Amino acid sequence: MNTDTIIQTEGLTREYPMGRTVLRALNDVTVSFKFGEFAGVVGPSGSGKTTFLNIIGTLDLPTRGVCTVLGSRVAELSNKAAAQIRTNEIGFIFQTFNLLPVYTVFENIEFPLLLLGKTKQERKNMVYEALEWVGLQDRAESRPGELSGGESQRVAIARAIVKKPRIVLADEPTANLDAENSHNIMRTMKKLNREMGITFIFSTHDEKVMKYLDREITLNDGRLADDRRISASERGGMA
Amino acid sequence: MMLPVIAAKNIFRAGVKTWLNAFVLSLSFVIIIWLQGLYEGMNIQVTREMINAELGGGQYWVASYDPYDPFTIDESHSVPVRHLEDLIQAEKATGILISRGMIYTDGRAKPILVKGIEPSQKILSIPAESLKPVPGNFTPVLIGTRMAKSQNLEKGDIFTIQWRDANGAFDARYFEVAEIMKTNVQTIDNNQVWMPLEKMRDIYGMKGQSTIVVLGKDVEPVPGSGSWVFKSKNVLLKDIKDLVQSKTAGSLILYMILIFLAMIAVFDTQVLSIFKRKKEIGMLMALGMTRKKVMALFTMEGVWYSILALCLAVIYGTPLLYITGRFGWALPAATDSYGFAFGERLFPYYSAGLIAGTIIIITGLTTLISFIPARKIAGMSPTQALRGSIT
Repeated sequence: MNTDTIIQTEGLTREYPMGRTVLRALNDVTVSFKFGEFAGVVGPSGSGKTTFLNIIGTLDLPTRGVCTVLGSRVAELSNKAAAQIRTNEIGFIFQTFNLLPVYTVFENIEFPLLLLGKTKQERKNMVYEALEWVGLQDRAESRPGELSGGESQRVAIARAIVKKPRIVLADEPTANLDAENSHNIMRTMKKLNREMGITFIFSTHDEKVMKYLDREITLNDGRLADDRRISASERGGMA
Repeated sequence: MMLPVIAAKNIFRAGVKTWLNAFVLSLSFVIIIWLQGLYEGMNIQVTREMINAELGGGQYWVASYDPYDPFTIDESHSVPVRHLEDLIQAEKATGILISRGMIYTDGRAKPILVKGIEPSQKILSIPAESLKPVPGNFTPVLIGTRMAKSQNLEKGDIFTIQWRDANGAFDARYFEVAEIMKTNVQTIDNNQVWMPLEKMRDIYGMKGQSTIVVLGKDVEPVPGSGSWVFKSKNVLLKDIKDLVQSKTAGSLILYMILIFLAMIAVFDTQVLSIFKRKKEIGMLMALGMTRKKVMALFTMEGVWYSILALCLAVIYGTPLLYITGRFGWALPAATDSYGFAFGERLFPYYSAGLIAGTIIIITGLTTLISFIPARKIAGMSPTQALRGSIT
């Protein structure tokens, strides 16, 4: 594996038993990502995007093939080791935001830092820094129920990046947002990618997201259909 | 350190559900401690009353004496051995002569126990001084309130007692009720008449004899008392303690129902919580918590219920328990038929052991009950949990 490579898959296959048959969500996918990429896994619903993200996020295991994340083979990781990688190196953003409902915005963002054992002062500084990145300093004490969809997703982004992970995996991050909020969210993430060097990998079938990507990996029926770099001119001047 | 704080946040912010659960659990704490305290208090009260009025620091019995065998009572009397006599003379013990007799009140004959006691004794807390003879009056006798009620006797009443003396001769004489003693100890009251020891020895022809010798509370028994057998307080209290124990055991059913209801509430909440918070569980795993930690978190939430319940119990239970402990619990008249020396009020006793034991049992059970549904998380995959699907 190249030293710049942060994630690498070889012949990655994931199958789910469905009664007497087997559903192959991923089929022989070989792909790699380098540090600081802003890449998207695109494709129609059921093409295996979320499964791919789950495996590279150490939330799921491959049935066959190899998936190496930050030098560790996912299939060989114990529960504890996988959790350790997620704690230290990976941030997640989900379509439905998945904010912890009884916590305030501040506490939601603070949560990953609690798992890292940061001191109270460190947590406070890091949370306010993250809130500043996403422009929600004034909503620190709000509860998730008091936020709009765009604000909720920005909180989810802040929670994903607050610990300064090397990888952020975003599963359909704009699916529940209107056009304006989608653009805002993508601009925020692009800025974080540039300024902090975090590797962002999205799963999406949203055209608005695709316009921001530097690289587009297309999955179709679980197979790798295309993998291409997108130039600034192709993006139409976006970000 | 982190898990208890997170669990506390989850619990405290869950609103009414949390407080309802905690309240139900706190009721268990308070009611169990209160009921157990009543039984503990009953035990202490019965023991104290019986020691004061009947048992003293233990008793020496004439070897043949069996209080449950009326046929041996007439033969169970003897002159106390020397060292017992010395204790009596030193006012560290008192002799009691027990025999049978018959009274005629309301025109009917009724068998009774006649007991002779020294009027000047200070060993037992019964008003024996009222048995000092008054010149010109009939021989004074002392009876309890139950005996007075059953025989329709009042202070100053004169009635006949018939007896058979040591030689087998029957005799009868008038006696006067000098005092009606109010006692909680039924075994010195029911069907009994107390008279001056010397008078009884005289009329029964049992000079210098006693049936039992009651020791003072702090007097140590002396070995080598010949035909006199020592019965310790514990031996003498065994029957009554067994009776209290059986009543306590009966109350266990109520405890179990109470604990069961409280545990059902906690269990239901935990099961529902794990079902409803599946996405949250998935998110916690995505954020880096291991399944074991998530399991521990949910179990800890259950533990918080018991901590919260304990705090509630302290807030409303302490004054409640203090008031009942301080002023007692008024007992209905029918309680006298229990056969216990209760008194009119029962004073619960809340020992540190009782309180600590109840807290440990309820907290332990709550932890276990919280852990059982939380175990389901161990088999949950993060991806399924994130989808919120049922496994």
